[in-house]
Amino acid sequence: MGKQRVKFTFEETLVKQPVIYELGQKFKIVTNIRRAEVGEEVGWVILELEGGDPEIQKGLEWVSSTGVRVDPLGGDVIAG
Amino acid sequence: MAFINGLKCRECGREYPAEPLNVCEFCFGPLEVVYDYATISEVVSHDSIEKGPLSIWRYKDLLPANGDDPVDIMAGFTPLIKARGLGKQLGLNNLYIKNDSVNPSFSFKDRVVSVAATKALEFGYTTIACASTGNLACSVAAHCARAGVRAIVFIPSDLERGKIVGAAIYNPILVSVDGTYDQVNRLCSELADDYPWAFVNINMRPYYAEGSKTLGYEVAEQLGWRLPDHVVVPSASGAMFTKIWKGFNELACLGLLDGVEGSSFGIDQNTVHHPAVTTKMHMQQAEGCSPIAYAWANNQSQVMAVRPNSLAKSLAIGNPADGIYAIKVIDKSQGSAYAVPESEIVNGIKLLAETEGIFTETAGGVTVSGLKHLAESGAIKPDDLTVVYVTGNGLKTIEAVEEVVNPLSIKPSIRSFEEMFHGAK
Repeated sequence: MGKQRVKFTFEETLVKQPVIYELGQKFKIVTNIRRAEVGEEVGWVILELEGGDPEIQKGLEWVSSTGVRVDPLGGDVIAG
Repeated sequence: MAFINGLKCRECGREYPAEPLNVCEFCFGPLEVVYDYATISEVVSHDSIEKGPLSIWRYKDLLPANGDDPVDIMAGFTPLIKARGLGKQLGLNNLYIKNDSVNPSFSFKDRVVSVAATKALEFGYTTIACASTGNLACSVAAHCARAGVRAIVFIPSDLERGKIVGAAIYNPILVSVDGTYDQVNRLCSELADDYPWAFVNINMRPYYAEGSKTLGYEVAEQLGWRLPDHVVVPSASGAMFTKIWKGFNELACLGLLDGVEGSSFGIDQNTVHHPAVTTKMHMQQAEGCSPIAYAWANNQSQVMAVRPNSLAKSLAIGNPADGIYAIKVIDKSQGSAYAVPESEIVNGIKLLAETEGIFTETAGGVTVSGLKHLAESGAIKPDDLTVVYVTGNGLKTIEAVEEVVNPLSIKPSIRSFEEMFHGAK
């Protein structure tokens, strides 16, 4: 079992979709929300995922496929 | 010794010991260093600073690592030059250039890496790592060579070879990752959790970022312990921008600015604003990667990540960790943010070179073009004391300006020379 901390960003058209609920249902992943903000045009959620590494990987690929942006917690780490 | 009390979450305020941590375990907010300013105010003075080395470590009492034996390749204390030529061109009579392109590995990254590497050794690490497309890789590799510890540098597999030579020469372990920008990002974040390495901008980030404060200290010291009316700063993650502001406010609160009485830092050290600090902070981003400038211009409460697509690769951070904090600094300082059109970047490089004899990389082109915009729009008045930060060397991005090479071709004879030369005139 591993843990991964990520940030999901939802654009306006995706804000109402239960992506995090479905992530927990479709994959063997426990989702633990730590901080979030939902505005009229955009929303973001910072959360921890717990599960097997391949399962988390597949789950994140699925989240990305829905149009939700997935980023590492602390922003981009590749620096110029 | 470092005068620090620990780390504190910028979001929820929870406190942690000074360890290799970068996020709050409770809310996953970013952590920042908490200083013991009461003790610092007793030991730091103009005299103590001026007796120090000609590097960032002259400000050791204000940095979060032990400055008695730092990993120092003499980063910092770079020239502050009165820019008469560029100033004349832009109608600015009181313009200065902070030329940070002359650091040992040719970018401002030496400041932050020197602090991170020193702190990493304090923590007992024997491997220092980073993910980079250029400047950071060079600086990490150089500091590790100096310290005699292992450097591991992750690069995207499609990175041009020329970009990484400046790092490879110091013999780090180079890991070329065959994946997208996002995949490399994610991999490195996971590796930082799994391996006992000091990733300079991940688990060392709270300490690393503080190195940029020295860009604020130096400008104040070089101006005779006073602050400029405006600073013009390039921005990627937003960290350097916020730390210059923090540096100015620390000097004011510690009573180190001429004619300014010190004051308490209050509860939240990192957002303190001393009323004597009236410098307007102007951020410049390249249009192809300008999430902070966009959020500021559109009055957004959050910074939306973007996919970078810019000539200014050293500013190409699509998901800036300090974006929201940078916007707060812009607002507090009554500054601005501007997305420089991509087509103006090379013009900025050429303008600086032709007027001041300084060859900067694409990030510097962004900054100078942004300065031009500020001057033309009247945001900076002709007599305002203005400092523009040039943070990287032009030899890093020569491909961006190859068009300037147009020699006069002649035969090896005086006649041929004169025909061509007088014709060219």
